[in-house]
Amino acid sequence: MNLVKINFDRCKECGYCIKFCPKGCLSKGDKINKRGYYPPVYDATNCIACGSCARMCPDTVLTVYKDVDVQ
Amino acid sequence: MKAIYEKPQVFTDAITTYCGGCGHGIVGKLIAELIDELDLRENGILVWPIGCSCLSDRYYDMDAFMALHGRAPAAATGIKRADPSKFVLCYQGDGDLVSEGMAEIMHAAIRSEKFTVIFINNAIYGMTGGQMAPTTLEGQYATTAPKGRKEINSGFPVHMAEIMGMMPGVCYSERVTVTNPGNVAKCKRALKKGFENQIAGKGLSFIEILSPCPTGWKMSPLKAMEWVDEVVAKEYPLGLIKDTTKEEN
Repeated sequence: MNLVKINFDRCKECGYCIKFCPKGCLSKGDKINKRGYYPPVYDATNCIACGSCARMCPDTVLTVYKDVDVQ
Repeated sequence: MKAIYEKPQVFTDAITTYCGGCGHGIVGKLIAELIDELDLRENGILVWPIGCSCLSDRYYDMDAFMALHGRAPAAATGIKRADPSKFVLCYQGDGDLVSEGMAEIMHAAIRSEKFTVIFINNAIYGMTGGQMAPTTLEGQYATTAPKGRKEINSGFPVHMAEIMGMMPGVCYSERVTVTNPGNVAKCKRALKKGFENQIAGKGLSFIEILSPCPTGWKMSPLKAMEWVDEVVAKEYPLGLIKDTTKEEN
């Protein structure tokens, strides 16, 4: 299983990760962070861990892991 | 578990002062990745300009210098000449490089200084509130051009990568952008080439990066990215302009 970790308070809600995810794993969130932005929410179902979201993010919000062990 | 993308180690935990969707953030991250990859942290000195990126020394845990308006190439010249073994990176925006410090970059190129210049072209003065820059496109709105830039009053946009390509002292000049993951990869390749040219002691390497400024352009970040691809890249064509290092090999 793949995993994208979101550093909630770094996000500035530009939407690049949502737009450039080829599998539509990220979508607009509805929780506000302490800087007043709405960070995205992640759904691992279709994630291929390509890293496009993290490479496009201007604020290093996202960390991408491949083959995470799930217990 | 394998990490596909992690925060570069040279980065501190500081949150950037850039607006959401700013191209500076993406380029800054590429620089940090390359510093980690090429192991330049101990031996590198970053020269920051005046502009949105002037507080960048807070984001990188390494030596840095903030030069006066447009004088980053002059400061970098001093650093590089004092200690040629150091890796010196000069990072400038378009208001800084083309308007305030045009003479400095020209003379650094004339002297063929052995450092790397990264030029962020977002066609506007970002930090000061969206005034017209020399790189502003014809017809583009700015706070000092409320009816759009007109050639009769303000002349034509400046094509810096082509100008630098004509200078004999410049060994490498390329224009790239950061509008999608493919272009970000190309941008990283161009930056790496510029860094390696300096490490190999070749002449000045110049990389122009077309970058979105959503706040200055009064657009959403996604709209600004499309505007770079559809409008800005038409005026400033992407691609390699000069590379003399190939012929030498």
